[in-house]
Amino acid sequence: MKSAPFEYCRAASVAEACELLARHGDSAKPIAGGQSLVPMMAMRLVRPAWLVDINEIAALKLVAVEKEFARTGACTRQCAVERDELLAARVPLLRQALAFVGHVQTRNRGTVGGSLAHADPAAELPLVARTLGARLLLRSSKGSRTLDAEQFFAGPMTTAARADECLEEIRWPAWSEKRVGSAFTEISIRHGDFAMVAAAAQVALDAGGRCTRAALGLGGVGGTPLAFPEIAARLAGTKLEDGAIDAVAADAAKETEPGSDLHATKDYRRHLARVLAARALRQAREEAK
Amino acid sequence: MSEALYTIEVQVNGAKRTAQVPARLTLVDWLRDELRLTGTHVGCEHGICGACSVMLDGEPVRSCLMYAVQANGHRVTTVEGLANPGGTLSVLQDSFCETHGLQCGYCTSGVLIAAQGLLNSNPNPTEEQIRDAIGGNLCRCTGYQQIVEAVELAAKRMKEAK
Repeated sequence: MKSAPFEYCRAASVAEACELLARHGDSAKPIAGGQSLVPMMAMRLVRPAWLVDINEIAALKLVAVEKEFARTGACTRQCAVERDELLAARVPLLRQALAFVGHVQTRNRGTVGGSLAHADPAAELPLVARTLGARLLLRSSKGSRTLDAEQFFAGPMTTAARADECLEEIRWPAWSEKRVGSAFTEISIRHGDFAMVAAAAQVALDAGGRCTRAALGLGGVGGTPLAFPEIAARLAGTKLEDGAIDAVAADAAKETEPGSDLHATKDYRRHLARVLAARALRQAREEAK
Repeated sequence: MSEALYTIEVQVNGAKRTAQVPARLTLVDWLRDELRLTGTHVGCEHGICGACSVMLDGEPVRSCLMYAVQANGHRVTTVEGLANPGGTLSVLQDSFCETHGLQCGYCTSGVLIAAQGLLNSNPNPTEEQIRDAIGGNLCRCTGYQQIVEAVELAAKRMKEAK
Protein backbone atom coordinates (compact mmCIF):
# COMPACT_ATOMS: atom_id res chain seq x y z
CA MET A 1 0.00 0.00 0.00
CA LYS A 2 1.85 3.03 -1.25
CA SER A 3 0.48 6.44 -2.19
CA ALA A 4 0.28 7.34 -5.86
CA PRO A 5 2.86 9.93 -6.97
CA PHE A 6 2.19 13.53 -6.01
CA GLU A 7 4.06 16.79 -5.73
CA TYR A 8 4.78 18.30 -2.36
CA CYS A 9 5.00 21.87 -1.21
CA ARG A 10 5.57 23.12 2.28
CA ALA A 11 3.75 26.36 3.04
CA ALA A 12 5.56 28.81 5.29
CA SER A 13 2.49 30.90 6.02
CA VAL A 14 -1.28 30.73 5.79
CA ALA A 15 -1.13 33.20 2.90
CA GLU A 16 1.25 30.94 1.03
CA ALA A 17 -0.94 27.89 1.70
CA CYS A 18 -3.95 29.77 0.32
CA GLU A 19 -2.00 30.87 -2.71
CA LEU A 20 -0.90 27.28 -3.42
CA LEU A 21 -4.45 25.99 -2.98
CA ALA A 22 -5.77 28.69 -5.31
CA ARG A 23 -3.16 27.82 -7.92
CA HIS A 24 -3.75 24.06 -7.90
CA GLY A 25 -7.48 24.02 -7.23
CA ASP A 26 -9.14 20.62 -6.95
CA SER A 27 -5.89 18.80 -7.58
CA ALA A 28 -4.39 19.99 -4.29
CA LYS A 29 -5.10 18.99 -0.72
CA PRO A 30 -3.81 20.56 2.48
CA ILE A 31 -2.15 18.07 4.83
CA ALA A 32 -2.11 18.68 8.57
CA GLY A 33 -1.33 15.68 10.83
CA GLY A 34 -2.11 13.27 8.03
CA GLN A 35 -3.45 10.62 10.38
CA SER A 36 -6.50 10.08 8.15
CA LEU A 37 -5.27 11.51 4.86
CA VAL A 38 -2.09 9.43 4.60
CA PRO A 39 -3.88 6.06 5.03
CA MET A 40 -6.52 7.20 2.52
CA MET A 41 -3.74 8.06 0.10
CA ALA A 42 -2.02 4.73 0.77
CA MET A 43 -5.25 2.95 -0.06
CA ARG A 44 -5.62 5.29 -3.04
CA LEU A 45 -9.04 6.42 -1.95
CA VAL A 46 -7.63 9.92 -2.41
CA ARG A 47 -5.11 10.85 -5.09
CA PRO A 48 -4.20 14.53 -4.88
CA ALA A 49 -1.68 15.74 -7.46
CA TRP A 50 -0.36 18.24 -4.93
CA LEU A 51 -0.02 18.13 -1.16
CA VAL A 52 0.21 21.48 0.58
CA ASP A 53 1.89 20.83 3.92
CA ILE A 54 0.68 23.23 6.61
CA ASN A 55 2.62 21.56 9.46
CA GLU A 56 5.38 24.15 9.57
CA ILE A 57 3.09 27.17 9.92
CA ALA A 58 3.60 28.27 13.52
CA ALA A 59 0.58 30.57 13.43
CA LEU A 60 -1.70 27.56 12.94
CA LYS A 61 -0.60 25.92 16.19
CA LEU A 62 -2.06 28.34 18.66
CA VAL A 63 -3.99 27.52 21.80
CA ALA A 64 -5.51 30.63 23.36
CA VAL A 65 -8.23 30.98 25.95
CA GLU A 66 -10.28 34.14 25.86
CA LYS A 67 -13.26 35.24 27.86
CA GLU A 68 -16.07 33.70 25.85
CA PHE A 69 -14.27 31.17 23.72
CA ALA A 70 -11.06 29.22 23.30
CA ARG A 71 -9.11 29.34 20.07
CA THR A 72 -7.19 26.51 18.50
CA GLY A 73 -5.31 26.67 15.23
CA ALA A 74 -6.05 24.34 12.37
CA CYS A 75 -2.70 22.61 12.96
CA THR A 76 -2.74 22.51 16.76
CA ARG A 77 -1.81 18.95 17.70
CA GLN A 78 -4.35 16.89 19.57
CA CYS A 79 -1.72 16.19 22.26
CA ALA A 80 -1.26 19.94 22.80
CA VAL A 81 -4.99 20.37 23.37
CA GLU A 82 -5.05 17.34 25.65
CA ARG A 83 -2.26 18.74 27.85
CA ASP A 84 -3.45 22.33 28.11
CA GLU A 85 -4.81 22.82 31.62
CA LEU A 86 -6.42 26.19 30.98
CA LEU A 87 -8.20 24.86 27.92
CA ALA A 88 -9.34 21.79 29.86
CA ALA A 89 -10.79 24.08 32.53
CA ARG A 90 -12.67 26.28 30.07
CA VAL A 91 -13.69 23.78 27.36
CA PRO A 92 -13.52 20.46 29.23
CA LEU A 93 -15.28 18.50 26.48
CA LEU A 94 -12.14 18.69 24.33
CA ARG A 95 -9.96 16.71 26.73
CA GLN A 96 -12.85 14.40 27.57
CA ALA A 97 -13.37 13.61 23.88
CA LEU A 98 -9.66 13.24 23.14
CA ALA A 99 -9.49 10.38 25.64
CA PHE A 100 -11.35 8.39 22.97
CA VAL A 101 -9.36 9.60 19.96
CA GLY A 102 -6.79 7.21 18.53
CA HIS A 103 -3.63 6.53 20.51
CA VAL A 104 -0.67 8.46 21.89
CA GLN A 105 1.23 8.18 18.60
CA THR A 106 -1.66 9.44 16.50
CA ARG A 107 -2.57 12.25 18.93
CA ASN A 108 1.06 13.42 18.91
CA ARG A 109 0.81 14.06 15.19
CA GLY A 110 -2.94 14.38 14.57
CA THR A 111 -4.46 17.82 14.66
CA VAL A 112 -7.76 19.25 15.78
CA GLY A 113 -8.34 21.01 12.47
CA GLY A 114 -7.48 17.92 10.47
CA SER A 115 -10.04 15.90 12.38
CA LEU A 116 -12.72 18.52 11.69
CA ALA A 117 -11.78 18.84 8.01
CA HIS A 118 -11.82 15.06 7.60
CA ALA A 119 -15.43 15.18 8.89
CA ASP A 120 -15.92 11.54 9.73
CA PRO A 121 -19.51 11.40 11.06
CA ALA A 122 -18.38 9.12 13.90
CA ALA A 123 -15.32 11.15 14.91
CA GLU A 124 -15.11 12.69 18.36
CA LEU A 125 -13.83 16.22 17.74
CA PRO A 126 -16.45 17.07 15.09
CA LEU A 127 -19.08 16.00 17.62
CA VAL A 128 -17.67 18.38 20.23
CA ALA A 129 -17.61 21.17 17.65
CA ARG A 130 -21.22 20.52 16.72
CA THR A 131 -22.44 20.11 20.32
CA LEU A 132 -20.88 23.36 21.52
CA GLY A 133 -21.55 25.27 18.29
CA ALA A 134 -17.89 25.94 17.47
CA ARG A 135 -17.11 28.50 14.76
CA LEU A 136 -14.62 27.65 12.02
CA LEU A 137 -12.57 30.28 10.27
CA LEU A 138 -11.74 29.45 6.64
CA ARG A 139 -9.24 31.45 4.63
CA SER A 140 -8.59 31.66 0.91
CA SER A 141 -6.58 34.02 -1.22
CA LYS A 142 -9.83 35.94 -1.76
CA GLY A 143 -10.58 36.52 1.90
CA SER A 144 -11.94 34.72 4.91
CA ARG A 145 -15.30 33.58 6.22
CA THR A 146 -16.56 31.98 9.40
CA LEU A 147 -18.94 29.05 9.49
CA ASP A 148 -20.84 27.44 12.34
CA ALA A 149 -20.06 23.77 12.85
CA GLU A 150 -23.59 23.08 11.65
CA GLN A 151 -22.86 24.74 8.30
CA PHE A 152 -19.34 23.35 8.06
CA PHE A 153 -20.28 19.66 8.25
CA ALA A 154 -22.10 19.01 4.99
CA GLY A 155 -22.20 15.22 4.94
CA PRO A 156 -20.08 12.11 5.55
CA MET A 157 -16.43 13.13 4.98
CA THR A 158 -17.71 16.30 3.34
CA THR A 159 -17.43 19.90 4.50
CA ALA A 160 -18.51 23.26 3.17
CA ALA A 161 -14.87 24.27 2.69
CA ARG A 162 -14.04 25.01 -0.94
CA ALA A 163 -10.97 23.47 -2.59
CA ASP A 164 -9.15 26.81 -2.39
CA GLU A 165 -9.86 27.33 1.30
CA CYS A 166 -7.69 26.41 4.26
CA LEU A 167 -9.15 25.96 7.73
CA GLU A 168 -7.31 28.47 9.87
CA GLU A 169 -8.82 28.57 13.33
CA ILE A 170 -11.57 27.05 15.46
CA ARG A 171 -13.37 28.99 18.17
CA TRP A 172 -14.83 26.83 20.92
CA PRO A 173 -17.49 28.46 23.11
CA ALA A 174 -16.41 28.57 26.76
CA TRP A 175 -19.38 28.70 29.10
CA SER A 176 -18.97 31.33 31.76
CA GLU A 177 -21.46 30.01 34.34
CA LYS A 178 -19.97 29.10 37.72
CA ARG A 179 -21.21 25.52 37.71
CA VAL A 180 -20.64 23.81 34.40
CA GLY A 181 -20.32 20.08 33.87
CA SER A 182 -19.67 18.12 30.72
CA ALA A 183 -19.15 14.54 29.63
CA PHE A 184 -18.21 12.54 26.56
CA THR A 185 -18.96 8.86 26.17
CA GLU A 186 -18.98 6.35 23.36
CA ILE A 187 -19.16 2.73 22.35
CA SER A 188 -16.60 1.52 19.82
CA ILE A 189 -15.34 -1.88 18.72
CA ARG A 190 -11.89 -1.18 20.18
CA HIS A 191 -10.71 1.73 22.27
CA GLY A 192 -9.31 4.43 20.00
CA ASP A 193 -11.45 3.46 17.00
CA PHE A 194 -14.07 5.73 15.57
CA ALA A 195 -17.25 5.45 17.62
CA MET A 196 -20.15 3.20 16.78
CA VAL A 197 -22.17 5.84 18.61
CA ALA A 198 -20.84 8.75 20.69
CA ALA A 199 -22.57 11.28 22.91
CA ALA A 200 -21.44 14.64 24.26
CA ALA A 201 -23.27 16.76 26.83
CA GLN A 202 -22.70 19.96 28.74
CA VAL A 203 -24.91 21.53 31.38
CA ALA A 204 -24.83 24.65 33.55
CA LEU A 205 -26.50 24.83 36.96
CA ASP A 206 -27.49 27.81 39.07
CA ALA A 207 -26.74 28.10 42.78
CA GLY A 208 -29.88 26.16 43.61
CA GLY A 209 -28.87 23.24 41.35
CA ARG A 210 -31.34 24.11 38.63
CA CYS A 211 -30.24 23.70 35.03
CA THR A 212 -29.88 27.01 33.20
CA ARG A 213 -28.39 25.74 29.95
CA ALA A 214 -27.83 22.36 28.32
CA ALA A 215 -26.22 21.08 25.13
CA LEU A 216 -26.43 17.57 23.74
CA GLY A 217 -24.87 16.00 20.66
CA LEU A 218 -24.68 12.55 19.09
CA GLY A 219 -22.16 11.12 16.64
CA GLY A 220 -22.22 8.04 14.42
CA VAL A 221 -25.97 8.23 13.93
CA GLY A 222 -26.23 10.28 10.75
CA GLY A 223 -24.19 11.72 7.91
CA THR A 224 -22.78 14.43 10.17
CA PRO A 225 -22.50 14.83 13.93
CA LEU A 226 -25.85 15.99 15.30
CA ALA A 227 -26.78 18.50 18.00
CA PHE A 228 -30.17 18.90 19.64
CA PRO A 229 -30.43 22.44 20.97
CA GLU A 230 -34.22 22.58 21.13
CA ILE A 231 -34.60 19.21 22.83
CA ALA A 232 -31.76 19.94 25.28
CA ALA A 233 -33.31 23.34 26.08
CA ARG A 234 -36.19 21.49 27.75
CA LEU A 235 -33.80 20.66 30.57
CA ALA A 236 -33.55 24.32 31.55
CA GLY A 237 -35.45 24.93 34.76
CA THR A 238 -35.31 21.27 35.84
CA LYS A 239 -32.98 19.87 38.45
CA LEU A 240 -31.81 17.36 35.84
CA GLU A 241 -33.79 14.58 37.45
CA ASP A 242 -33.28 11.18 35.83
CA GLY A 243 -36.79 11.32 34.38
CA ALA A 244 -36.15 14.63 32.61
CA ILE A 245 -32.84 13.38 31.26
CA ASP A 246 -34.33 10.10 30.04
CA ALA A 247 -37.12 11.91 28.19
CA VAL A 248 -34.68 14.25 26.45
CA ALA A 249 -32.35 11.37 25.54
CA ALA A 250 -35.25 9.37 24.11
CA ASP A 251 -36.46 12.30 22.01
CA ALA A 252 -32.97 13.04 20.70
CA ALA A 253 -32.45 9.38 19.75
CA LYS A 254 -35.77 9.42 17.87
CA GLU A 255 -34.45 12.22 15.64
CA THR A 256 -31.40 10.25 14.54
CA GLU A 257 -31.15 8.36 11.27
CA PRO A 258 -28.38 5.85 11.76
CA GLY A 259 -27.41 3.32 9.12
CA SER A 260 -26.83 -0.41 9.48
CA ASP A 261 -23.54 -2.11 8.78
CA LEU A 262 -21.53 -5.18 9.63
CA HIS A 263 -21.03 -4.01 13.21
CA ALA A 264 -24.47 -2.81 14.23
CA THR A 265 -28.02 -2.45 12.97
CA LYS A 266 -29.70 0.93 12.82
CA ASP A 267 -32.03 -0.10 15.65
CA TYR A 268 -29.09 -0.99 17.87
CA ARG A 269 -27.41 2.32 17.04
CA ARG A 270 -30.57 4.22 17.89
CA HIS A 271 -30.78 2.28 21.16
CA LEU A 272 -27.16 3.25 21.90
CA ALA A 273 -27.94 6.86 21.05
CA ARG A 274 -30.64 6.95 23.73
CA VAL A 275 -28.56 5.15 26.36
CA LEU A 276 -25.38 7.16 25.71
CA ALA A 277 -27.20 10.52 25.54
CA ALA A 278 -28.71 9.82 28.97
CA ARG A 279 -25.36 8.62 30.32
CA ALA A 280 -23.54 11.73 29.07
CA LEU A 281 -26.18 14.04 30.56
CA ARG A 282 -26.04 12.26 33.93
CA GLN A 283 -22.25 12.43 34.01
CA ALA A 284 -22.36 16.11 33.06
CA ARG A 285 -24.84 16.71 35.88
CA GLU A 286 -22.52 15.03 38.40
CA GLU A 287 -19.56 17.05 37.11
CA ALA A 288 -21.49 20.27 37.58
CA LYS A 289 -22.40 19.54 41.19
CA MET B 1 7.28 8.15 -15.21
CA SER B 2 9.93 10.01 -13.33
CA GLU B 3 8.99 11.54 -10.03
CA ALA B 4 10.24 14.84 -8.69
CA LEU B 5 12.81 14.46 -5.94
CA TYR B 6 12.99 16.62 -2.84
CA THR B 7 16.11 17.27 -0.81
CA ILE B 8 15.74 16.55 2.87
CA GLU B 9 17.99 16.89 5.86
CA VAL B 10 16.92 14.96 8.94
CA GLN B 11 18.71 14.31 12.18
CA VAL B 12 18.38 10.56 12.65
CA ASN B 13 19.59 9.13 15.96
CA GLY B 14 21.77 12.19 16.42
CA ALA B 15 23.42 12.11 12.99
CA LYS B 16 22.60 14.45 10.13
CA ARG B 17 21.30 12.53 7.11
CA THR B 18 20.58 14.09 3.76
CA ALA B 19 18.74 12.48 0.89
CA GLN B 20 16.76 13.02 -2.26
CA VAL B 21 13.33 11.48 -1.91
CA PRO B 22 10.12 11.31 -3.92
CA ALA B 23 7.22 12.95 -2.07
CA ARG B 24 5.30 9.71 -1.64
CA LEU B 25 8.10 7.85 0.15
CA THR B 26 6.92 7.27 3.71
CA LEU B 27 9.26 8.00 6.60
CA VAL B 28 9.39 4.31 7.55
CA ASP B 29 10.34 3.24 4.03
CA TRP B 30 13.10 5.84 3.94
CA LEU B 31 14.46 4.72 7.33
CA ARG B 32 14.41 1.06 6.39
CA ASP B 33 15.15 0.97 2.68
CA GLU B 34 17.52 3.90 2.28
CA LEU B 35 19.17 4.23 5.68
CA ARG B 36 18.97 0.49 6.38
CA LEU B 37 17.69 1.17 9.87
CA THR B 38 15.63 -1.99 9.80
CA GLY B 39 14.94 -2.01 13.52
CA THR B 40 11.79 -0.03 12.80
CA HIS B 41 9.27 -2.49 11.45
CA VAL B 42 6.55 -1.87 8.95
CA GLY B 43 3.34 -3.73 9.58
CA CYS B 44 -0.03 -2.51 8.40
CA GLU B 45 1.12 0.63 6.54
CA HIS B 46 -2.02 2.50 7.51
CA GLY B 47 -1.59 3.50 11.12
CA ILE B 48 -3.22 0.65 12.97
CA CYS B 49 -0.49 -1.68 14.27
CA GLY B 50 2.09 0.70 15.77
CA ALA B 51 5.08 -1.42 14.66
CA CYS B 52 6.59 1.56 12.81
CA SER B 53 6.57 3.93 15.80
CA VAL B 54 9.53 6.30 15.96
CA MET B 55 10.11 9.51 17.86
CA LEU B 56 9.70 12.72 15.93
CA ASP B 57 11.22 15.62 17.86
CA GLY B 58 11.05 13.41 20.96
CA GLU B 59 7.41 12.30 20.70
CA PRO B 60 6.28 8.88 19.48
CA VAL B 61 4.52 8.97 16.10
CA ARG B 62 3.71 6.42 13.42
CA SER B 63 6.33 6.63 10.67
CA CYS B 64 3.97 5.05 8.09
CA LEU B 65 1.64 8.03 8.51
CA MET B 66 4.05 10.68 7.39
CA TYR B 67 6.15 11.18 4.33
CA ALA B 68 9.94 11.38 4.61
CA VAL B 69 9.84 14.80 2.98
CA GLN B 70 7.76 16.04 5.92
CA ALA B 71 10.55 15.10 8.33
CA ASN B 72 12.87 17.64 6.67
CA GLY B 73 14.41 19.76 9.41
CA HIS B 74 13.23 17.50 12.23
CA ARG B 75 14.77 14.98 14.63
CA VAL B 76 13.93 11.29 14.37
CA THR B 77 14.86 8.62 16.91
CA THR B 78 14.44 4.99 15.93
CA VAL B 79 14.79 1.92 18.13
CA GLU B 80 18.49 1.84 17.18
CA GLY B 81 18.78 5.23 18.85
CA LEU B 82 17.46 3.94 22.18
CA ALA B 83 20.54 1.81 22.90
CA ASN B 84 23.43 3.20 24.93
CA PRO B 85 26.26 4.86 22.98
CA GLY B 86 28.44 1.72 23.23
CA GLY B 87 25.67 -0.37 21.72
CA THR B 88 24.63 -2.02 24.97
CA LEU B 89 20.92 -2.27 25.70
CA SER B 90 19.11 0.58 27.41
CA VAL B 91 17.45 0.02 30.77
CA LEU B 92 14.10 -0.37 29.04
CA GLN B 93 15.41 -2.78 26.40
CA ASP B 94 17.14 -4.87 29.06
CA SER B 95 13.92 -4.98 31.09
CA PHE B 96 12.12 -6.50 28.10
CA CYS B 97 14.69 -9.33 28.09
CA GLU B 98 14.36 -9.79 31.83
CA THR B 99 10.57 -10.11 31.91
CA HIS B 100 10.31 -11.88 28.56
CA GLY B 101 8.42 -8.90 27.15
CA LEU B 102 8.66 -10.20 23.62
CA GLN B 103 8.32 -13.39 21.66
CA CYS B 104 8.46 -12.95 17.89
CA GLY B 105 9.74 -9.39 18.23
CA TYR B 106 7.78 -7.87 15.39
CA CYS B 107 5.98 -5.30 17.52
CA THR B 108 8.87 -4.81 19.95
CA SER B 109 10.61 -1.83 18.39
CA GLY B 110 7.33 0.07 18.23
CA VAL B 111 6.45 -0.86 21.81
CA LEU B 112 9.89 0.23 23.00
CA ILE B 113 9.45 3.64 21.36
CA ALA B 114 5.97 4.04 22.87
CA ALA B 115 7.17 2.96 26.32
CA GLN B 116 10.29 5.14 26.21
CA GLY B 117 8.08 8.06 25.21
CA LEU B 118 5.97 7.41 28.29
CA LEU B 119 8.94 7.09 30.66
CA ASN B 120 10.50 10.28 29.30
CA SER B 121 7.47 12.31 30.31
CA ASN B 122 6.30 10.22 33.26
CA PRO B 123 8.97 8.35 35.27
CA ASN B 124 6.38 6.83 37.64
CA PRO B 125 3.59 5.50 35.44
CA THR B 126 0.70 3.52 36.84
CA GLU B 127 -0.25 0.24 35.21
CA GLU B 128 -3.19 2.00 33.59
CA GLN B 129 -0.94 4.70 32.16
CA ILE B 130 1.41 2.04 30.78
CA ARG B 131 -1.48 0.21 29.13
CA ASP B 132 -2.73 3.46 27.67
CA ALA B 133 0.71 4.37 26.31
CA ILE B 134 1.11 1.03 24.51
CA GLY B 135 -2.57 0.92 23.52
CA GLY B 136 -1.70 1.83 19.94
CA ASN B 137 0.71 -1.09 19.52
CA LEU B 138 -0.61 -4.49 18.55
CA CYS B 139 1.18 -7.57 19.91
CA ARG B 140 -0.11 -11.00 18.96
CA CYS B 141 2.31 -13.02 21.11
CA THR B 142 2.64 -11.84 24.66
CA GLY B 143 -0.86 -10.93 25.74
CA TYR B 144 0.76 -7.65 26.85
CA GLN B 145 1.21 -8.69 30.48
CA GLN B 146 4.98 -9.12 30.29
CA ILE B 147 5.28 -5.91 28.29
CA VAL B 148 3.59 -4.04 31.12
CA GLU B 149 5.90 -5.77 33.60
CA ALA B 150 8.92 -4.77 31.52
CA VAL B 151 7.93 -1.10 31.59
CA GLU B 152 7.25 -1.27 35.32
CA LEU B 153 10.65 -2.88 35.89
CA ALA B 154 12.38 -0.26 33.74
CA ALA B 155 10.72 2.56 35.66
CA LYS B 156 11.86 0.97 38.95
CA ARG B 157 15.43 0.49 37.72
CA MET B 158 15.66 4.03 36.36
CA LYS B 159 14.51 5.37 39.70
CA GLU B 160 17.07 3.26 41.60
CA ALA B 161 19.85 4.39 39.27
CA LYS B 162 19.20 8.03 40.15
